[in-house]
Amino acid sequence: MRPEELLHSTPQGLYSPAGGFYIDPTRPVPRALITHGHSDHARAGHGAVMATRETLDIMAIRYGDAFAGATQAARFGEQLVVNGVGVTFHPAGHILGSAQIALEWKGCTIVASGDYKPGADPTAAPFEPVRCHVFISEATFGLPVFRHPDPLKETGKLTASLALFPDRAHLVGAYALGKAQRVMALLRAAGYTRPILLHGAMERLTAYYASRGIDLGEVRPARDATPTERAGAVVICPPSALSDVWSRRFGDPVTAFASGWMRIRARARQNGVELPLILSDHADWDDLQASILATGCEELWVTHGQEDALVHWAGLAGLRARPLHMVGYGEEERDTSITFSD
Amino acid sequence: MNRFAALLDRLAYEPRRNGKIALIADYFRHTPDPERGWALAALTGALTFRNAKAGLIRQLISERTDPVLFALSYDYVGDLSETVALMWPAPPRRGGEAPSPNPLPQGERALAAPPSPNPLPQKERALEAPPSPNPLPMGERAFPAARPAPSPPRGEGWGEGEAHSAGESGREEEDVPLSAIVHAFTHMGRAELPAVLAALLDRLDETGRWALLKLITGGLRIGVSARLAKTAVATLGSLAPDDIELVWPGMAPPYESLFAWAEGTGPRPETDDPAPFRPVMLSHPIEDADFAALDPAAFRAEWKWDGIRVQAVRGADGRHVTRLYSRTGEDISPAFPDLAGALGFDGAVDGELLILREGRVQSFNVLQQRLNRKSVSPKLVAEFPAHIRAYDLLFAGGEDLRGLPFETRRARLEALLAAHPAEGRLDLSPLVPFTRWEDLAAARADPGAHGAGADAEAVEGVMLKRADSPYLPGRPRGPWWKWKRDPHSVDAVLMYAQRGHGKRSSFYSDYTFGVWTGETSGTGELVPVGKAYFGFTDAELAEIDRFVRRNTVNRFGPVREVVHTASEGLVLEVAFEGLARSPRHRSGLAMRFPRVARLRWDKPPGEADRLATLEAMIGTGDGERARAPRRPSRVVGKRPAASEGA
Repeated sequence: MRPEELLHSTPQGLYSPAGGFYIDPTRPVPRALITHGHSDHARAGHGAVMATRETLDIMAIRYGDAFAGATQAARFGEQLVVNGVGVTFHPAGHILGSAQIALEWKGCTIVASGDYKPGADPTAAPFEPVRCHVFISEATFGLPVFRHPDPLKETGKLTASLALFPDRAHLVGAYALGKAQRVMALLRAAGYTRPILLHGAMERLTAYYASRGIDLGEVRPARDATPTERAGAVVICPPSALSDVWSRRFGDPVTAFASGWMRIRARARQNGVELPLILSDHADWDDLQASILATGCEELWVTHGQEDALVHWAGLAGLRARPLHMVGYGEEERDTSITFSD
Repeated sequence: MNRFAALLDRLAYEPRRNGKIALIADYFRHTPDPERGWALAALTGALTFRNAKAGLIRQLISERTDPVLFALSYDYVGDLSETVALMWPAPPRRGGEAPSPNPLPQGERALAAPPSPNPLPQKERALEAPPSPNPLPMGERAFPAARPAPSPPRGEGWGEGEAHSAGESGREEEDVPLSAIVHAFTHMGRAELPAVLAALLDRLDETGRWALLKLITGGLRIGVSARLAKTAVATLGSLAPDDIELVWPGMAPPYESLFAWAEGTGPRPETDDPAPFRPVMLSHPIEDADFAALDPAAFRAEWKWDGIRVQAVRGADGRHVTRLYSRTGEDISPAFPDLAGALGFDGAVDGELLILREGRVQSFNVLQQRLNRKSVSPKLVAEFPAHIRAYDLLFAGGEDLRGLPFETRRARLEALLAAHPAEGRLDLSPLVPFTRWEDLAAARADPGAHGAGADAEAVEGVMLKRADSPYLPGRPRGPWWKWKRDPHSVDAVLMYAQRGHGKRSSFYSDYTFGVWTGETSGTGELVPVGKAYFGFTDAELAEIDRFVRRNTVNRFGPVREVVHTASEGLVLEVAFEGLARSPRHRSGLAMRFPRVARLRWDKPPGEADRLATLEAMIGTGDGERARAPRRPSRVVGKRPAASEGA
């Protein structure tokens, strides 16, 4: 059989004809399997949604409890069957609750990895490679110029700047789901003990992370902070808030931005970022290669990002590979910084 | 080098002018001579390394990476040095092994570093790594959630883990001085260069590699002008930036005497050049709103000639020396031997370099054929006779005139030129008489009828200079204004867009536009007539970028073809200075200085201009400046009203 009978791409997203469901569909569908809670992957309005408990909770926080007709929580490693297709969720290491979805049917295994990263992250269950015939990978940072530095070294830049400018607030632009909480967790791991101030847009998600046992230390809404508390504080906010009138209350802040894109100087400079923190929740070039090879797959499908480069590499590595030309993904870390999402 | 690399890195992200000055001054304060002098030379663009070409860097990276992956990366990053700095594979370094020795020579020691023991590119080394620590056998369904993830294999030198940090502390101790790098790249032969550069790149981290490559290829592009760097020097003591400018032309790296003067530990440096360059005074473009605040009686006006601004200097050093400098102080005398005798007196004249044939000023296109040549043939000199039209007198008879009012300097200039006709190679740029701004507007609109006569086509506008203005270095706001003629403009259709470079590397910012070949607008086909990459605001750039991404019909590497039919597409109002015939372009036309004046979201492409309209704007002879009446552009360089947006 051809793997496409089990899963293929459609304008709505990846579709399984055998199982009658979509994975991360971009438009409302009767039955959807969701890899993780970022809004480009998890949309409201599906009939039935299967995802991890955390992903379902995150969707409810973002869209309200009625975000789908019916929901089913999948545990990591639990073997489920949907219309005769074996379905198993595995940790993807991207954000809290993020999963790879392995489909098994007539002896063929396809893994849709969603967004993933193999590196250590205190806020997400660690990525595990899953043996498969076809591996579906993103390629957000699929160019050899992307080699993410050690996250603790990047947080070190932030603490060094705090020491250098003890009176200036440090605004850290970070995506509201995942990156923001990871920055906080990393700061705590680096021994930072002051209360961290939060932009209102990320309060609920951050509280949810804390409720799942992730220690983020003392976190307070930035709006309640006194001028004294703001001075020299770390303030986590959505990237768009860095240039928003919201940021004016902090006087003369240092603007930092936590993103894998900060590796490229022009990206940081376009946005007037003074303190670029190269911190990504996606696999870098080396991670992509290692992860793909670790699955032992025979065929690679590439969803979004720098698919040309990854497909080219795969060819050199002796893998059959093709881009799926999928649109609508990569919103949370996209290749243009004209406007920041979220 | 590490300190300098760190400085460049911080400068690249510091948006505030004062912040940049403080960073540079702090570096100068804490860095000894001659190291800081070489840094100043690098920041002011005074260093050039002839053999360190982009081609060499491409060669080094192509030996280490896959060509396709390099091309995709370069297209993405948009900057060669940065791409190579990021892609450069980590040198093989096994635990316990000492880092590679300082690759730069000690005295005359052999230079050639041994070739990298593992020449395989990163990618191939990745393939050598075992595919998976212990892949689950197919069919086994045990995927326990609690199972710790086997970490994916990491080959030699993959990440920036512990080995890397250890290497960093090692590097700290044996930093390569900037002066040694400058010395090596200045004196090293072409054959030795690749191995030495590669060994240096192996020793540096991403930031160090980026800084080194930027340094040796020139063009740091970190938002620091030479002026800013000099301002930082001035802040070391109590000097003004202009004080630095005035002595600068006589200075050479590593500027020890300059730093000593700035810090108050040495005298003002003197130049011994008999014909030194003096920093040029520049003007600001005038806007309609500026006139209300200006008194016409306080200003003098003269034509702004469409040539090259030059400074001609003659001095005596045993014998007479005459030098011709470009606006930036580059000595261009060798390219203009016919002007060696132009000045019949010792002095410094500010003027415009033009080509004159039978007393008539030729177009800029004609002048261009004599520019950018290191030396010239007698035939070229005869065919393109050079001439200087004088605007100002900076120095004469051993006297510095720059502090005197414009009117006084002008009178001295007129008297000198009358006394020394200089073989007809030098003449006076006439003043344009006016009493009200309306008079000057009329002269600007029709220079031919207001004194420019047959040379009117070589006039690109008028200059306004305060009669009492001293000659100041740089571009002071207020004393001098330029008022250019209205450009030509045409409505053209966006056909292709290319991603920009540097700061614009994520934006489609280079636009190829076309006009219709048919009898009426919207008929025939669109043929490209030019390429524009500025004139728009940042907000407009974002709008065009969005349009390009959403309306791509074809991709050719970094270039996207966007929809361009009579009913669908984007019309750009393109302003330009002139048109010439060009066999190199499919349309047979070449535009001078095209830029996007306005986005015409309101206009369907079918109503854009025709090729015939452009052809009618060309004169009879090749290279002639367009003669058709200029269409006053609606709002050149200004934002369209919000309502005009898409």
